[in-house]
Amino acid sequence: MTSSSVIRSSAAARAAGDRVPWRSRLTRADVKFAPYFFIAPFFVLFAIFGAFPLVYTGWVSLHDWHLIGEHTFVGFANYTALFADPDFWNALKNTVGIFLLATVPQLLMALAVANLLNRKIRARTFFRMGVLIPNVTSVAAVGIVFGQLFARDVGLVNYLITTFGLDAVDWQANTWSSWIAIAVMVDWRWTGYNTLILLGAMQAIPKDLYESASLDGAAPWQQFWRITVPLLRPTLVFTVIISTIGGLQLFTEPVIFGNGKMLGGTLGQFQTVTMYMYETAFQRFQYGYGAAIAWSLFGLIVVFSLVNLLLIRRAAR
Amino acid sequence: MKAASVRLWRTSPLTYLALVVGCLTSLFPIYWMFVVATRSNDVINDVPPPLLPGGEFGANVGRVFANEHAAFAYGLVNSLVVSSVVTLSVVFFSTLAGFAFAKLRFRGRNGLLLVIVGTMMVPVQLGLIPLYMLMVKIGWNGTLQAVIVPFLVSGFGVFMMRQYAAEAISDELVEAARVDGCSTFRIYWNVVLPVLRPAAAVLGLLTFMQTWNEFIWPYAVLDANTPTVQLSLSLLATAYYTDYAQVFAATALATLPLLAVFILFGRQIIGGIMEGAIKS
Repeated sequence: MTSSSVIRSSAAARAAGDRVPWRSRLTRADVKFAPYFFIAPFFVLFAIFGAFPLVYTGWVSLHDWHLIGEHTFVGFANYTALFADPDFWNALKNTVGIFLLATVPQLLMALAVANLLNRKIRARTFFRMGVLIPNVTSVAAVGIVFGQLFARDVGLVNYLITTFGLDAVDWQANTWSSWIAIAVMVDWRWTGYNTLILLGAMQAIPKDLYESASLDGAAPWQQFWRITVPLLRPTLVFTVIISTIGGLQLFTEPVIFGNGKMLGGTLGQFQTVTMYMYETAFQRFQYGYGAAIAWSLFGLIVVFSLVNLLLIRRAAR
Repeated sequence: MKAASVRLWRTSPLTYLALVVGCLTSLFPIYWMFVVATRSNDVINDVPPPLLPGGEFGANVGRVFANEHAAFAYGLVNSLVVSSVVTLSVVFFSTLAGFAFAKLRFRGRNGLLLVIVGTMMVPVQLGLIPLYMLMVKIGWNGTLQAVIVPFLVSGFGVFMMRQYAAEAISDELVEAARVDGCSTFRIYWNVVLPVLRPAAAVLGLLTFMQTWNEFIWPYAVLDANTPTVQLSLSLLATAYYTDYAQVFAATALATLPLLAVFILFGRQIIGGIMEGAIKS
Protein backbone atom coordinates (compact mmCIF):
# COMPACT_ATOMS: atom_id res chain seq x y z
CA MET A 1 0.00 0.00 0.00
CA THR A 2 2.61 2.52 1.04
CA SER A 3 5.08 1.44 -1.65
CA SER A 4 2.48 1.71 -4.41
CA SER A 5 1.52 5.21 -3.31
CA VAL A 6 5.21 6.19 -3.36
CA ILE A 7 5.44 4.92 -6.90
CA ARG A 8 2.32 6.78 -7.86
CA SER A 9 3.51 10.03 -6.33
CA SER A 10 6.91 9.78 -8.03
CA ALA A 11 5.14 9.18 -11.31
CA ALA A 12 3.05 12.27 -10.67
CA ALA A 13 6.16 14.26 -9.84
CA ARG A 14 7.77 13.10 -13.04
CA ALA A 15 4.73 14.09 -15.03
CA ALA A 16 4.75 17.49 -13.38
CA GLY A 17 8.37 17.90 -14.44
CA ASP A 18 9.82 18.32 -10.93
CA ARG A 19 12.63 15.91 -11.54
CA VAL A 20 13.24 15.35 -15.19
CA PRO A 21 14.70 11.89 -15.70
CA TRP A 22 17.89 11.42 -17.66
CA ARG A 23 16.24 9.81 -20.65
CA SER A 24 13.73 12.56 -21.28
CA ARG A 25 16.39 15.25 -20.81
CA LEU A 26 18.38 13.49 -23.50
CA THR A 27 15.35 13.51 -25.78
CA ARG A 28 14.86 17.20 -25.23
CA ALA A 29 18.51 17.92 -26.03
CA ASP A 30 18.17 15.75 -29.12
CA VAL A 31 15.15 17.68 -30.34
CA LYS A 32 16.88 20.96 -29.72
CA PHE A 33 20.34 20.30 -31.11
CA ALA A 34 19.93 17.55 -33.71
CA PRO A 35 18.86 19.99 -36.48
CA TYR A 36 22.07 21.95 -36.03
CA PHE A 37 24.17 18.80 -36.25
CA PHE A 38 22.29 17.81 -39.39
CA ILE A 39 23.00 21.06 -41.21
CA ALA A 40 26.46 21.69 -39.75
CA PRO A 41 28.46 19.63 -42.31
CA PHE A 42 27.23 21.79 -45.15
CA PHE A 43 28.08 25.06 -43.45
CA VAL A 44 31.47 23.93 -42.15
CA LEU A 45 32.63 22.58 -45.51
CA PHE A 46 31.17 25.51 -47.42
CA ALA A 47 32.85 27.99 -45.09
CA ILE A 48 36.27 26.39 -45.69
CA PHE A 49 36.08 25.56 -49.40
CA GLY A 50 33.40 27.97 -50.68
CA ALA A 51 33.15 31.18 -48.68
CA PHE A 52 36.76 31.49 -47.62
CA PRO A 53 38.22 31.25 -51.15
CA LEU A 54 35.63 33.75 -52.32
CA VAL A 55 36.59 36.38 -49.78
CA TYR A 56 40.27 35.55 -50.03
CA THR A 57 40.18 36.15 -53.80
CA GLY A 58 39.17 39.72 -53.02
CA TRP A 59 42.08 40.07 -50.60
CA VAL A 60 44.60 38.53 -53.01
CA SER A 61 43.38 40.85 -55.78
CA LEU A 62 44.56 43.85 -53.75
CA HIS A 63 48.15 42.57 -53.72
CA ASP A 64 51.09 42.22 -55.99
CA TRP A 65 51.12 38.48 -55.36
CA HIS A 66 53.59 36.56 -57.43
CA LEU A 67 54.83 33.37 -55.90
CA ILE A 68 52.70 31.81 -53.21
CA GLY A 69 53.66 33.55 -49.98
CA GLU A 70 55.46 36.59 -51.47
CA HIS A 71 53.24 39.63 -51.73
CA THR A 72 52.86 43.35 -51.19
CA PHE A 73 49.67 45.33 -50.75
CA VAL A 74 48.94 47.51 -53.79
CA GLY A 75 45.32 48.55 -53.26
CA PHE A 76 43.31 48.74 -56.45
CA ALA A 77 46.34 48.83 -58.73
CA ASN A 78 45.51 45.43 -60.23
CA TYR A 79 42.07 46.68 -61.18
CA THR A 80 43.31 49.90 -62.75
CA ALA A 81 45.91 47.91 -64.67
CA LEU A 82 43.15 45.58 -65.80
CA PHE A 83 41.12 48.42 -67.23
CA ALA A 84 44.08 49.51 -69.34
CA ASP A 85 44.94 45.96 -70.42
CA PRO A 86 44.10 45.30 -74.09
CA ASP A 87 44.36 41.53 -73.53
CA PHE A 88 41.63 41.72 -70.92
CA TRP A 89 39.35 43.73 -73.20
CA ASN A 90 40.02 41.29 -76.00
CA ALA A 91 39.10 38.34 -73.76
CA LEU A 92 36.00 40.20 -72.62
CA LYS A 93 34.94 40.90 -76.20
CA ASN A 94 35.41 37.24 -77.12
CA THR A 95 33.49 36.02 -74.08
CA VAL A 96 30.52 38.30 -74.65
CA GLY A 97 30.54 37.62 -78.38
CA ILE A 98 30.55 33.84 -78.00
CA PHE A 99 28.01 34.11 -75.19
CA LEU A 100 25.55 36.05 -77.36
CA LEU A 101 26.20 33.89 -80.39
CA ALA A 102 25.51 30.77 -78.33
CA THR A 103 22.75 31.80 -75.95
CA VAL A 104 20.24 33.48 -78.25
CA PRO A 105 19.84 30.59 -80.76
CA GLN A 106 20.10 28.08 -77.94
CA LEU A 107 17.11 29.41 -76.01
CA LEU A 108 15.04 29.95 -79.15
CA MET A 109 15.73 26.37 -80.26
CA ALA A 110 14.98 25.08 -76.76
CA LEU A 111 11.66 26.91 -76.79
CA ALA A 112 10.78 25.47 -80.19
CA VAL A 113 11.77 21.90 -79.31
CA ALA A 114 9.98 22.06 -75.95
CA ASN A 115 6.87 23.17 -77.80
CA LEU A 116 7.17 20.14 -80.09
CA LEU A 117 7.70 17.77 -77.19
CA ASN A 118 4.71 19.23 -75.37
CA ARG A 119 2.36 17.70 -77.94
CA LYS A 120 0.82 14.31 -77.75
CA ILE A 121 3.58 12.25 -79.33
CA ARG A 122 4.63 8.66 -79.44
CA ALA A 123 8.00 7.53 -78.06
CA ARG A 124 8.10 10.52 -75.71
CA THR A 125 10.86 9.16 -73.49
CA PHE A 126 12.99 8.32 -76.51
CA PHE A 127 12.81 11.87 -77.88
CA ARG A 128 13.44 13.39 -74.47
CA MET A 129 16.49 11.22 -73.96
CA GLY A 130 17.60 12.01 -77.49
CA VAL A 131 17.69 15.73 -76.88
CA LEU A 132 19.31 15.42 -73.44
CA ILE A 133 22.11 13.04 -74.39
CA PRO A 134 24.59 15.80 -75.37
CA ASN A 135 24.32 17.24 -71.88
CA VAL A 136 25.34 13.94 -70.33
CA THR A 137 28.68 13.81 -72.12
CA SER A 138 31.61 15.72 -70.65
CA VAL A 139 32.72 19.14 -71.85
CA ALA A 140 36.15 17.70 -72.54
CA ALA A 141 34.65 15.04 -74.81
CA VAL A 142 32.53 17.64 -76.59
CA GLY A 143 35.59 19.82 -77.15
CA ILE A 144 37.53 16.90 -78.60
CA VAL A 145 34.81 15.64 -80.94
CA PHE A 146 33.89 19.10 -82.22
CA GLY A 147 37.55 20.01 -82.52
CA GLN A 148 37.81 17.20 -85.06
CA LEU A 149 34.53 18.09 -86.79
CA PHE A 150 35.81 21.66 -87.26
CA ALA A 151 39.38 20.68 -88.16
CA ARG A 152 40.81 22.51 -91.18
CA ASP A 153 42.03 19.66 -93.37
CA VAL A 154 40.25 16.50 -92.25
CA GLY A 155 37.16 17.89 -90.50
CA LEU A 156 33.70 16.71 -91.47
CA VAL A 157 32.24 20.23 -91.54
CA ASN A 158 34.75 21.40 -94.11
CA TYR A 159 34.19 18.20 -96.08
CA LEU A 160 30.48 19.05 -96.28
CA ILE A 161 31.15 22.69 -97.15
CA THR A 162 33.51 21.81 -99.98
CA THR A 163 31.06 19.22 -101.28
CA PHE A 164 28.64 22.08 -101.81
CA GLY A 165 31.31 23.88 -103.79
CA LEU A 166 32.30 26.41 -101.13
CA ASP A 167 35.80 27.11 -99.86
CA ALA A 168 37.00 25.27 -96.77
CA VAL A 169 37.13 27.45 -93.65
CA ASP A 170 40.09 27.54 -91.31
CA TRP A 171 37.79 27.54 -88.26
CA GLN A 172 40.50 28.24 -85.70
CA ALA A 173 42.22 31.02 -87.59
CA ASN A 174 39.55 33.73 -87.75
CA THR A 175 37.58 35.49 -85.07
CA TRP A 176 34.12 34.88 -86.42
CA SER A 177 34.66 31.29 -87.50
CA SER A 178 36.20 30.31 -84.16
CA TRP A 179 33.34 32.02 -82.28
CA ILE A 180 30.82 30.12 -84.38
CA ALA A 181 32.56 26.77 -83.85
CA ILE A 182 32.64 27.28 -80.07
CA ALA A 183 29.04 28.55 -79.98
CA VAL A 184 27.95 25.41 -81.83
CA MET A 185 29.59 23.25 -79.15
CA VAL A 186 27.85 25.16 -76.38
CA ASP A 187 24.50 25.00 -78.16
CA TRP A 188 24.84 21.32 -78.87
CA ARG A 189 25.50 20.57 -75.22
CA TRP A 190 22.92 22.84 -73.58
CA THR A 191 19.89 23.12 -75.88
CA GLY A 192 18.41 19.83 -74.67
CA TYR A 193 18.85 20.71 -71.02
CA ASN A 194 17.04 24.02 -71.45
CA THR A 195 14.39 22.24 -73.51
CA LEU A 196 13.55 19.96 -70.60
CA ILE A 197 13.49 22.82 -68.10
CA LEU A 198 11.05 24.69 -70.36
CA LEU A 199 9.04 21.55 -71.05
CA GLY A 200 8.62 20.96 -67.33
CA ALA A 201 7.22 24.45 -66.92
CA MET A 202 5.01 24.11 -70.03
CA GLN A 203 3.36 21.03 -68.63
CA ALA A 204 2.40 22.93 -65.51
CA ILE A 205 0.26 25.31 -67.62
CA PRO A 206 -3.41 24.34 -67.23
CA LYS A 207 -4.74 22.65 -70.37
CA ASP A 208 -8.15 24.38 -70.24
CA LEU A 209 -6.45 27.70 -71.05
CA TYR A 210 -5.59 26.26 -74.47
CA GLU A 211 -9.01 24.67 -74.86
CA SER A 212 -10.88 27.89 -74.32
CA ALA A 213 -8.40 29.73 -76.54
CA SER A 214 -8.94 27.32 -79.42
CA LEU A 215 -12.71 27.57 -78.89
CA ASP A 216 -12.27 31.31 -79.33
CA GLY A 217 -10.52 30.53 -82.60
CA ALA A 218 -6.93 31.24 -81.62
CA ALA A 219 -4.46 29.60 -84.00
CA PRO A 220 -1.73 27.38 -82.49
CA TRP A 221 0.99 29.97 -82.99
CA GLN A 222 -1.21 32.62 -81.35
CA GLN A 223 -1.73 30.29 -78.42
CA PHE A 224 2.03 29.80 -78.24
CA TRP A 225 2.87 33.51 -78.12
CA ARG A 226 -0.14 34.64 -76.07
CA ILE A 227 -0.40 31.82 -73.51
CA THR A 228 2.70 29.65 -73.43
CA VAL A 229 5.45 32.26 -73.60
CA PRO A 230 3.98 34.72 -71.05
CA LEU A 231 3.29 31.93 -68.56
CA LEU A 232 6.84 30.63 -68.99
CA ARG A 233 8.34 33.94 -67.94
CA PRO A 234 9.78 32.85 -64.56
CA THR A 235 11.33 29.76 -66.13
CA LEU A 236 12.69 31.79 -69.05
CA VAL A 237 14.34 34.12 -66.56
CA PHE A 238 15.83 31.09 -64.85
CA THR A 239 17.23 29.60 -68.07
CA VAL A 240 18.62 32.95 -69.24
CA ILE A 241 20.40 33.54 -65.96
CA ILE A 242 21.78 30.00 -65.81
CA SER A 243 23.03 30.40 -69.39
CA THR A 244 24.57 33.76 -68.52
CA ILE A 245 26.46 32.40 -65.54
CA GLY A 246 27.67 29.43 -67.58
CA GLY A 247 28.38 31.39 -70.75
CA LEU A 248 30.52 34.06 -69.11
CA GLN A 249 32.66 31.37 -67.45
CA LEU A 250 33.29 29.59 -70.74
CA PHE A 251 36.58 27.74 -70.53
CA THR A 252 36.84 24.09 -71.49
CA GLU A 253 35.47 24.21 -75.04
CA PRO A 254 37.81 26.97 -76.26
CA VAL A 255 40.78 25.46 -74.39
CA ILE A 256 40.42 22.08 -76.04
CA PHE A 257 39.51 23.68 -79.37
CA GLY A 258 42.88 25.46 -79.12
CA ASN A 259 44.75 22.20 -78.38
CA GLY A 260 45.04 22.82 -74.64
CA LYS A 261 46.63 26.24 -74.94
CA MET A 262 45.30 29.13 -72.89
CA LEU A 263 46.04 31.73 -75.54
CA GLY A 264 42.95 31.04 -77.64
CA GLY A 265 44.48 31.05 -81.11
CA THR A 266 47.46 32.87 -82.58
CA LEU A 267 45.96 36.31 -82.00
CA GLY A 268 43.87 35.42 -78.97
CA GLN A 269 40.81 35.46 -81.20
CA PHE A 270 38.99 33.01 -78.93
CA GLN A 271 40.63 33.53 -75.56
CA THR A 272 37.88 33.95 -72.96
CA VAL A 273 38.12 35.82 -69.64
CA THR A 274 38.43 32.58 -67.67
CA MET A 275 41.24 31.41 -69.97
CA TYR A 276 43.00 34.73 -69.44
CA MET A 277 42.56 34.37 -65.70
CA TYR A 278 43.99 30.86 -65.82
CA GLU A 279 46.92 31.97 -67.95
CA THR A 280 47.69 34.86 -65.61
CA ALA A 281 47.51 32.90 -62.36
CA PHE A 282 48.65 29.42 -63.24
CA GLN A 283 51.08 30.01 -66.08
CA ARG A 284 52.47 33.47 -65.34
CA PHE A 285 51.99 33.07 -61.57
CA GLN A 286 50.52 36.55 -61.17
CA TYR A 287 48.00 35.49 -58.56
CA GLY A 288 46.97 39.00 -57.54
CA TYR A 289 46.23 40.03 -61.10
CA GLY A 290 44.40 36.76 -61.76
CA ALA A 291 42.28 37.31 -58.65
CA ALA A 292 41.37 40.78 -59.91
CA ILE A 293 40.21 39.19 -63.17
CA ALA A 294 38.13 36.70 -61.18
CA TRP A 295 36.38 39.44 -59.21
CA SER A 296 35.78 41.50 -62.34
CA LEU A 297 34.24 38.42 -63.95
CA PHE A 298 32.00 37.97 -60.94
CA GLY A 299 30.88 41.60 -61.14
CA LEU A 300 30.21 41.14 -64.83
CA ILE A 301 28.06 38.06 -64.18
CA VAL A 302 26.02 39.94 -61.60
CA VAL A 303 25.53 42.91 -63.96
CA PHE A 304 24.59 40.69 -66.89
CA SER A 305 22.15 38.67 -64.81
CA LEU A 306 20.44 41.85 -63.61
CA VAL A 307 20.27 43.34 -67.10
CA ASN A 308 18.78 40.09 -68.39
CA LEU A 309 16.27 40.06 -65.59
CA LEU A 310 15.14 43.60 -66.44
CA LEU A 311 15.03 42.98 -70.18
CA ILE A 312 12.98 39.81 -69.88
CA ARG A 313 10.61 41.35 -67.35
CA ARG A 314 10.01 44.23 -69.74
CA ALA A 315 9.78 42.12 -72.91
CA ALA A 316 7.34 39.61 -71.46
CA ARG A 317 5.11 42.15 -69.71
CA MET B 1 -15.15 20.43 -76.84
CA LYS B 2 -14.01 17.13 -78.24
CA ALA B 3 -13.20 18.72 -81.59
CA ALA B 4 -11.26 21.50 -79.88
CA SER B 5 -9.10 19.12 -77.90
CA VAL B 6 -8.50 17.00 -80.99
CA ARG B 7 -7.36 20.06 -82.88
CA LEU B 8 -5.18 21.06 -79.95
CA TRP B 9 -3.36 17.76 -79.72
CA ARG B 10 -3.19 16.90 -83.38
CA THR B 11 0.36 15.80 -84.10
CA SER B 12 1.40 16.26 -87.66
CA PRO B 13 4.11 14.23 -89.42
CA LEU B 14 6.04 17.50 -89.59
CA THR B 15 6.35 17.46 -85.80
CA TYR B 16 7.87 14.00 -85.93
CA LEU B 17 10.14 15.03 -88.77
CA ALA B 18 11.40 18.00 -86.76
CA LEU B 19 11.92 15.84 -83.68
CA VAL B 20 13.76 13.16 -85.60
CA VAL B 21 16.03 15.75 -87.20
CA GLY B 22 16.63 17.26 -83.75
CA CYS B 23 17.51 13.90 -82.25
CA LEU B 24 19.81 13.02 -85.14
CA THR B 25 21.64 16.30 -84.61
CA SER B 26 21.95 15.45 -80.92
CA LEU B 27 23.18 11.95 -81.54
CA PHE B 28 25.42 12.45 -84.55
CA PRO B 29 28.57 13.74 -82.76
CA ILE B 30 28.35 10.82 -80.33
CA TYR B 31 27.84 8.40 -83.18
CA TRP B 32 30.76 9.98 -85.01
CA MET B 33 32.88 9.52 -81.91
CA PHE B 34 32.25 5.77 -82.10
CA VAL B 35 32.88 5.70 -85.85
CA VAL B 36 36.31 7.27 -85.47
CA ALA B 37 37.06 5.24 -82.31
CA THR B 38 36.58 2.02 -84.28
CA ARG B 39 38.61 3.02 -87.35
CA SER B 40 42.29 3.30 -88.11
CA ASN B 41 43.82 6.71 -88.69
CA ASP B 42 44.52 6.37 -92.42
CA VAL B 43 40.87 5.53 -93.09
CA ILE B 44 39.58 8.52 -91.13
CA ASN B 45 41.44 10.92 -93.37
CA ASP B 46 39.93 9.38 -96.48
CA VAL B 47 37.74 11.44 -98.78
CA PRO B 48 34.82 10.85 -98.37
CA PRO B 49 35.23 9.98 -94.66
CA PRO B 50 33.82 6.65 -93.43
CA LEU B 51 30.34 6.87 -91.93
CA LEU B 52 30.05 3.40 -90.46
CA PRO B 53 31.94 1.92 -87.49
CA GLY B 54 34.86 -0.38 -88.22
CA GLY B 55 36.65 -3.09 -86.28
CA GLU B 56 39.68 -1.29 -84.87
CA PHE B 57 38.26 -0.36 -81.45
CA GLY B 58 40.34 -2.96 -79.59
CA ALA B 59 43.57 -1.82 -81.23
CA ASN B 60 42.81 1.86 -80.54
CA VAL B 61 41.93 1.16 -76.91
CA GLY B 62 45.16 -0.81 -76.60
CA ARG B 63 47.11 2.27 -77.74
CA VAL B 64 45.24 4.40 -75.20
CA PHE B 65 46.13 2.18 -72.27
CA ALA B 66 49.71 1.80 -73.46
CA ASN B 67 50.16 5.58 -73.63
CA GLU B 68 52.36 6.49 -70.67
CA HIS B 69 51.69 10.21 -70.83
CA ALA B 70 47.97 10.02 -70.17
CA ALA B 71 47.79 7.32 -67.43
CA PHE B 72 44.35 6.53 -68.74
CA ALA B 73 43.57 3.40 -66.71
CA TYR B 74 44.66 5.27 -63.60
CA GLY B 75 42.40 8.17 -64.59
CA LEU B 76 39.40 5.87 -64.95
CA VAL B 77 39.95 4.31 -61.52
CA ASN B 78 40.54 7.71 -59.92
CA SER B 79 37.37 9.12 -61.43
CA LEU B 80 35.39 6.13 -60.22
CA VAL B 81 36.69 6.61 -56.67
CA VAL B 82 36.19 10.38 -56.67
CA SER B 83 32.70 10.25 -58.18
CA SER B 84 31.52 7.48 -55.86
CA VAL B 85 32.76 9.13 -52.68
CA VAL B 86 31.40 12.55 -53.64
CA THR B 87 28.03 11.07 -54.66
CA LEU B 88 27.55 9.08 -51.43
CA SER B 89 28.55 12.06 -49.33
CA VAL B 90 26.38 14.58 -51.19
CA VAL B 91 23.35 12.30 -50.99
CA PHE B 92 23.86 11.63 -47.28
CA PHE B 93 24.44 15.23 -46.19
CA SER B 94 21.79 16.64 -48.53
CA THR B 95 19.03 14.32 -47.33
CA LEU B 96 20.09 14.92 -43.71
CA ALA B 97 20.09 18.71 -44.02
CA GLY B 98 17.08 18.73 -46.35
CA PHE B 99 15.07 16.82 -43.76
CA ALA B 100 16.15 19.24 -41.02
CA PHE B 101 15.16 22.28 -43.09
CA ALA B 102 11.83 20.79 -44.16
CA LYS B 103 10.58 19.07 -41.02
CA LEU B 104 12.43 20.21 -37.90
CA ARG B 105 11.87 23.42 -35.98
CA PHE B 106 14.95 25.39 -34.99
CA ARG B 107 16.04 28.95 -34.55
CA GLY B 108 17.44 30.61 -37.69
CA ARG B 109 15.98 28.03 -40.06
CA ASN B 110 14.73 30.37 -42.76
CA GLY B 111 17.80 32.58 -42.71
CA LEU B 112 20.14 29.62 -43.03
CA LEU B 113 18.10 28.17 -45.88
CA LEU B 114 18.40 31.50 -47.68
CA VAL B 115 22.18 31.34 -47.26
CA ILE B 116 22.17 27.90 -48.90
CA VAL B 117 20.17 29.18 -51.87
CA GLY B 118 22.65 32.06 -52.12
CA THR B 119 25.61 29.67 -52.29
CA MET B 120 24.12 28.18 -55.45
CA MET B 121 24.69 31.49 -57.27
CA VAL B 122 28.45 31.67 -56.66
CA PRO B 123 30.51 30.79 -59.74
CA VAL B 124 33.18 28.14 -59.14
CA GLN B 125 35.81 30.01 -61.14
CA LEU B 126 35.84 32.88 -58.66
CA GLY B 127 37.37 30.69 -55.96
CA LEU B 128 39.81 28.84 -58.20
CA ILE B 129 42.96 30.77 -57.29
CA PRO B 130 42.58 30.88 -53.49
CA LEU B 131 41.31 27.31 -53.37
CA TYR B 132 44.46 26.31 -55.21
CA MET B 133 46.56 28.30 -52.75
CA LEU B 134 44.77 26.60 -49.87
CA MET B 135 45.52 23.20 -51.35
CA VAL B 136 49.19 24.07 -51.76
CA LYS B 137 49.32 25.27 -48.15
CA ILE B 138 47.86 22.05 -46.74
CA GLY B 139 49.80 19.93 -49.21
CA TRP B 140 46.82 18.49 -51.02
CA ASN B 141 47.65 19.67 -54.53
CA GLY B 142 48.18 16.72 -56.81
CA THR B 143 46.14 14.42 -54.54
CA LEU B 144 42.63 13.11 -54.85
CA GLN B 145 41.53 14.76 -51.58
CA ALA B 146 41.79 18.06 -53.44
CA VAL B 147 39.04 17.06 -55.87
CA ILE B 148 36.93 15.21 -53.28
CA VAL B 149 36.78 17.15 -50.03
CA PRO B 150 35.60 20.56 -51.36
CA PHE B 151 32.66 18.82 -53.07
CA LEU B 152 31.39 16.61 -50.24
CA VAL B 153 28.40 18.90 -49.76
CA SER B 154 26.19 20.68 -52.27
CA GLY B 155 23.87 23.62 -51.76
CA PHE B 156 21.85 22.53 -54.75
CA GLY B 157 21.45 19.07 -53.18
CA VAL B 158 20.30 20.42 -49.81
CA PHE B 159 17.78 22.69 -51.49
CA MET B 160 16.49 19.95 -53.78
CA MET B 161 16.02 17.54 -50.87
CA ARG B 162 14.34 20.19 -48.76
CA GLN B 163 11.81 20.86 -51.50
CA TYR B 164 11.10 17.17 -51.90
CA ALA B 165 10.93 16.39 -48.17
CA ALA B 166 8.55 19.28 -47.52
CA GLU B 167 6.04 17.71 -49.88
CA ALA B 168 6.66 13.99 -49.51
CA ILE B 169 6.84 13.67 -45.72
CA SER B 170 3.87 14.42 -43.50
CA ASP B 171 4.39 16.04 -40.11
CA GLU B 172 2.27 13.28 -38.54
CA LEU B 173 4.75 10.65 -39.69
CA VAL B 174 7.61 12.43 -37.97
CA GLU B 175 5.52 13.05 -34.83
CA ALA B 176 4.39 9.42 -34.62
CA ALA B 177 7.98 8.21 -34.81
CA ARG B 178 8.92 10.73 -32.13
CA VAL B 179 6.12 9.48 -29.82
CA ASP B 180 7.36 5.94 -30.36
CA GLY B 181 10.63 7.08 -28.82
CA CYS B 182 12.83 7.42 -31.93
CA SER B 183 15.79 9.77 -31.73
CA THR B 184 15.95 12.40 -34.45
CA PHE B 185 18.65 10.52 -36.30
CA ARG B 186 16.63 7.30 -36.17
CA ILE B 187 13.64 9.15 -37.58
CA TYR B 188 15.90 10.30 -40.43
CA TRP B 189 17.38 6.87 -41.01
CA ASN B 190 14.30 4.66 -40.63
CA VAL B 191 11.42 6.92 -41.63
CA VAL B 192 12.64 9.84 -43.76
CA LEU B 193 15.38 8.26 -45.87
CA PRO B 194 13.12 5.53 -47.35
CA VAL B 195 10.60 8.19 -48.40
CA LEU B 196 13.31 10.40 -49.94
CA ARG B 197 14.85 7.54 -51.88
CA PRO B 198 13.52 8.40 -55.38
CA ALA B 199 14.68 12.02 -55.15
CA ALA B 200 17.95 10.95 -53.54
CA ALA B 201 18.55 8.59 -56.46
CA VAL B 202 18.13 11.43 -58.96
CA LEU B 203 20.45 13.65 -56.94
CA GLY B 204 22.95 10.79 -56.82
CA LEU B 205 22.84 10.29 -60.58
CA LEU B 206 23.23 13.99 -61.32
CA THR B 207 26.08 14.31 -58.81
CA PHE B 208 27.89 11.28 -60.18
CA MET B 209 27.69 12.57 -63.75
CA GLN B 210 28.72 16.07 -62.81
CA THR B 211 31.70 14.86 -60.76
CA TRP B 212 32.78 12.46 -63.50
CA ASN B 213 32.65 15.30 -66.04
CA GLU B 214 34.34 17.96 -63.88
CA PHE B 215 37.18 19.57 -65.79
CA ILE B 216 38.54 22.95 -64.72
CA TRP B 217 39.33 22.21 -61.05
CA PRO B 218 41.08 18.87 -61.67
CA TYR B 219 42.93 20.59 -64.53
CA ALA B 220 44.17 23.25 -62.12
CA VAL B 221 44.99 21.21 -59.04
CA LEU B 222 45.94 17.73 -60.28
CA ASP B 223 48.88 16.70 -62.43
CA ALA B 224 49.61 13.93 -64.92
CA ASN B 225 50.63 11.57 -62.10
CA THR B 226 47.18 11.55 -60.46
CA PRO B 227 44.73 12.42 -63.20
CA THR B 228 40.97 12.06 -63.33
CA VAL B 229 39.62 10.62 -66.54
CA GLN B 230 38.84 14.06 -68.03
CA LEU B 231 42.38 15.22 -67.30
CA SER B 232 43.83 12.10 -68.97
CA LEU B 233 41.56 12.78 -71.89
CA SER B 234 42.68 16.35 -72.33
CA LEU B 235 46.36 15.37 -71.97
CA LEU B 236 45.85 12.78 -74.67
CA ALA B 237 43.84 15.04 -76.94
CA THR B 238 46.19 17.98 -76.78
CA ALA B 239 49.38 15.98 -77.18
CA TYR B 240 48.17 13.50 -79.80
CA TYR B 241 45.54 15.48 -81.64
CA THR B 242 46.52 14.05 -85.00
CA ASP B 243 45.96 10.48 -83.76
CA TYR B 244 42.20 10.84 -83.90
CA ALA B 245 41.52 7.12 -83.61
CA GLN B 246 43.36 6.87 -80.31
CA VAL B 247 41.93 10.10 -78.90
CA PHE B 248 38.39 9.18 -79.89
CA ALA B 249 38.74 5.68 -78.43
CA ALA B 250 39.70 7.34 -75.15
CA THR B 251 36.81 9.79 -75.45
CA ALA B 252 34.44 6.88 -76.01
CA LEU B 253 35.84 5.04 -72.99
CA ALA B 254 35.38 8.13 -70.80
CA THR B 255 31.82 8.61 -72.08
CA LEU B 256 30.61 4.99 -72.04
CA PRO B 257 29.96 4.75 -68.28
CA LEU B 258 27.85 7.90 -68.47
CA LEU B 259 25.91 6.67 -71.48
CA ALA B 260 25.25 3.39 -69.65
CA VAL B 261 23.97 5.25 -66.59
CA PHE B 262 21.88 7.50 -68.80
CA ILE B 263 20.30 4.66 -70.76
CA LEU B 264 19.44 2.83 -67.52
CA PHE B 265 18.14 5.81 -65.56
CA GLY B 266 17.33 8.39 -68.26
CA ARG B 267 13.67 8.54 -67.32
CA GLN B 268 14.45 9.45 -63.68
CA ILE B 269 17.12 11.97 -64.68
CA ILE B 270 14.75 13.71 -67.08
CA GLY B 271 12.01 13.67 -64.44
CA GLY B 272 14.40 15.26 -61.96
CA ILE B 273 15.43 18.05 -64.33
CA MET B 274 11.82 18.83 -65.27
CA GLU B 275 10.70 18.69 -61.65
CA GLY B 276 13.44 21.09 -60.60
CA ALA B 277 12.26 23.55 -63.21
CA ILE B 278 8.72 23.77 -61.92
CA LYS B 279 9.82 24.39 -58.37
CA SER B 280 12.49 26.97 -58.95
